[in-house]
Amino acid sequence: MILRRIGTALAVAAGFLLAWQALVVATGLPPFLLPGPVAVAEALSSHRTVLARAVLRTATEILAGFTLGAGTGAALAVAMAGFPRLAAALRPVLLISQVIPIFALAPILTLWLGYGMAPKIVVAALICFFPVASAFLDGLMRTSPACLDLARTMGANGWREMWHLRIPMALPMLGSGLKLAAVYAPIGAVIGEWVGGSEGLGAVMIHANGRMRIDLTFAALALVTLLALAFHATVSWMVRRGFARFA
Amino acid sequence: MRPVVLSGQVRIDGQALFPPIRLELPPGQWTSLLGPSGVGKSTLLRLIAGLPIGGSLAGRVENRPPVALMAQDPGLLPWLTTRQNAALGPRLRGQAADAARLDSILARAGLADHAAKYPAALSGGQRQRVALARTLMEDRPLVLLDEPFSALDARMRLAMQDLAAGLLIGRTVLMVTHDPAEAARLSDRICLLTEAGLTTEPTPAGPPPRAPSDPGVLACQGALLTRLTQEAAA
Repeated sequence: MILRRIGTALAVAAGFLLAWQALVVATGLPPFLLPGPVAVAEALSSHRTVLARAVLRTATEILAGFTLGAGTGAALAVAMAGFPRLAAALRPVLLISQVIPIFALAPILTLWLGYGMAPKIVVAALICFFPVASAFLDGLMRTSPACLDLARTMGANGWREMWHLRIPMALPMLGSGLKLAAVYAPIGAVIGEWVGGSEGLGAVMIHANGRMRIDLTFAALALVTLLALAFHATVSWMVRRGFARFA
Repeated sequence: MRPVVLSGQVRIDGQALFPPIRLELPPGQWTSLLGPSGVGKSTLLRLIAGLPIGGSLAGRVENRPPVALMAQDPGLLPWLTTRQNAALGPRLRGQAADAARLDSILARAGLADHAAKYPAALSGGQRQRVALARTLMEDRPLVLLDEPFSALDARMRLAMQDLAAGLLIGRTVLMVTHDPAEAARLSDRICLLTEAGLTTEPTPAGPPPRAPSDPGVLACQGALLTRLTQEAAA
């Protein structure tokens, strides 16, 4: 079953690469406009030291941003579920934080936090924060009424009810939020790198693009995609393993 | 122990569900509250439990003791084992459960072999037995049953009624049900709630649980059905 799925995926990838190379040969476009997969593979190989460094840097930012954003989002969801007044006050703020275009915010963050890792982590965290907070809060507000009745007659106080009942019951929803955030985190990190700084896959892409090294841009893009897929797969696997009992 | 008494009427959106009533629960007896769906039986039970209701009570509940609640939805937590679910009360109060008592209750509910299982691995009847064990673990002066067996098939329902009657003997019980046969088998006292108000109906002779084929039970069941239809026609 799994082997078959991997087989299908490999076949699709191989077909895509072949079609791409055929397009390059047929159109005769110069490599600085459309490099073929062979040229991209060469760029991957010849720039492997730079690219490996960039992958490590971007991966660190993704992981840190995801952890910070998801952690803050989950904590805020619990606080909002526990204090309805806080929830009423914060709901509009949450929404506003989400509708501000992150692209416009990234340069300001770079201005405030410098050219190091910090603004990239913050952009990734900002983008991860909302899906986690929103999905988890939804779950926390939808505890089964039968269980809440039980907890009340049993004399549970609010925080025990939260810890033993509402949080575990909402974990599947938290899982959905985390999986969504895992898709967004790499986007956030790359946006941060694009806007300022000289490290990471986003910066490699921008610099290569400026020097018309489209083969290197494509190589970095391929690595970002692989990194994002791998991250999403890891988070999905952890959610499945960790939260299965709570569904 | 003084009897729990609920008196007054329930209003939802300003509309009274029924004329003023007086519902008394004699200590140590099993009282069944029978009536059609939507008449407010569960609302009365929630008032006695001290749970929020959709409307308001113009009246009062006297001598309300701590209660243990068991409903149609067993409300088991899927991430806890049978044993942990039965000890949910102590867990929610941050207390340690009395292990010996827990074992004895699980054994009496026929759950000794299922103690380490999760709800997903239990049948519908077994889940309801876990809910019953959890109710007994609470050891409260008043036990409230809200249509506890209505989701079970006929055979399972009879078995659960027998088990519950045996385990709850001597306790003060209020059971809400829409099943006249269930009321006739299990009750020391039967109250009928309709739009016309609350009446006390005759109970079959003999101690509960009575056999479902017992002539007295069948006659009582017939009489209750007739009363329910009369009230509907009136």
